[in-house]
Amino acid sequence: MTVIAERLEDALARISDGCMLAAPNESAGVSMEATRALIRRGIRRLHLVALPTSTLQADLLIGAGAIATLETSAVSLGEIGLAPRFTAAVKSGAIVMKDATCAALYAALQAAEKGIPFMPLRGLIGSDLARYRPEWRVIDNPYGHDDPIVLLPAIKPDVALFHAPMADRAGNVWIGRERDLAILAHAAKATVVTVERLHEANLLDDPVLAAGTLPGVYVDAVAVAPRGAWPLGLPDHYTADMAHLADYARLAATAEGFARYLGEHVDVKRAA
Amino acid sequence: MSSARPEYGEEELLASVMADLIGDVRLVAVGAASPIPATAALLARERGGGRPRVSLLQSRKHNFFTDGGVELFDCAGQGRVDVFFLSGAQIDGEANINLVCIGDPSRPTVRFPGSFGSAYLYYVVPKVILFRTEHSRRTLVPKVDFISAPGTSPDNVYRPGGPVALVTGRCLFSFERRKRRFRLESIHPGHTLAEIEEHTGFAFDRADEVAVTPAPSAETLRIMREVVAPEVAEIYPHFAAKAFRIGAAA
Repeated sequence: MTVIAERLEDALARISDGCMLAAPNESAGVSMEATRALIRRGIRRLHLVALPTSTLQADLLIGAGAIATLETSAVSLGEIGLAPRFTAAVKSGAIVMKDATCAALYAALQAAEKGIPFMPLRGLIGSDLARYRPEWRVIDNPYGHDDPIVLLPAIKPDVALFHAPMADRAGNVWIGRERDLAILAHAAKATVVTVERLHEANLLDDPVLAAGTLPGVYVDAVAVAPRGAWPLGLPDHYTADMAHLADYARLAATAEGFARYLGEHVDVKRAA
Repeated sequence: MSSARPEYGEEELLASVMADLIGDVRLVAVGAASPIPATAALLARERGGGRPRVSLLQSRKHNFFTDGGVELFDCAGQGRVDVFFLSGAQIDGEANINLVCIGDPSRPTVRFPGSFGSAYLYYVVPKVILFRTEHSRRTLVPKVDFISAPGTSPDNVYRPGGPVALVTGRCLFSFERRKRRFRLESIHPGHTLAEIEEHTGFAFDRADEVAVTPAPSAETLRIMREVVAPEVAEIYPHFAAKAFRIGAAA
């Protein structure tokens, strides 16, 4: 049964040090409230898989020393510019960066969805991404002739973590058209979700809502966190807080400024 | 404002060039951090009365995909996406692009955001239009430090897609896959061949007399400013304010 947690911290109990944590990007729904809570708890050595890219979430976790390995296709702060803690950590060698391309992350997670060991994918051959990924193997298409194709091992996250508009008390989560959230939940061994609000009826009882619903069978814990994507946006609900993100970029340019940001916005729990 | 202001801005010229390159196709997709390509794609759609279909991946309103981020890649893998745009922190003379770093990737001296969709889409989208406004020896290099995606592939590698052109702030290059070289097609008004040779880090082909890039027509400018600009402002408010003076107190 899905736990509807009274406290966010309880929902996050299954995200442990050293685990492989998978998260979507801001166009699907990032749980920033949970990210801040994990940093407050002092989480360490995460292997973060960001599908397919990340912005503030990866930068904040890296700056807080929570990440050992990052696997994604790009990290930046969008129109605001480079992600400062990510950039500094890669340059100093503080994190292991597993550079990918979007389609490869989707394919490797789709292999996990199907319970198969790998997925073939076009492209990639001749890219230096493949040069630094010995686990990406090239085989000759067994159904063709002299047709090299790359195999990607399945990515099987320990936990998927994201933010969505609503869930019901049975643990069904309404994700709308944000199907990346379903890929993450299908692929991961456990899924933790924060939501804007609880929906009192069962989401699966309404055929219109059911089409956009991730069934509770995949969901281990839900916690309510209003505006839980802030300062990122939640599509169709609220837009990103660009002024806050610009402030973040300015502060996070130095380790001292980043520490001040943590003190002001992460160490202290935000009033709901 | 001064009467010396040109009749169109650099962004408007580049978007007009890119819209012409798109041509008559079914589906154009535009990825992250691509305000000029987004402008070009919406301009092409408006001029074509709704054709091509356009998906701006960062837009809520102008993105018709409903199966998550993976849908674009699956569509592209099938050959349904005709045009995509890619840029590079570095682009070299063989159209290899670098979106990752300068120096050893495990301890780079400069780190960029990452490869995004390039290492897949560059192979499978038939018309990839490269763009880089900054045309300098820093961006247009003899050889990229890191190949996010190669410009060409050996004959036995599945490669229905690849680069067709490179649009910069100074000129338009076409790319000839068989020769693995760029060819200077036209020089933007106000720029010179000598200047382009000085600021390009790779060798390229050209005709004896290189054409001047045509200015956008009055009708193209009207559509861009009246119809397209407000749409672009939804995704790129800073860009729209600068390029089209939308929301700016000009």
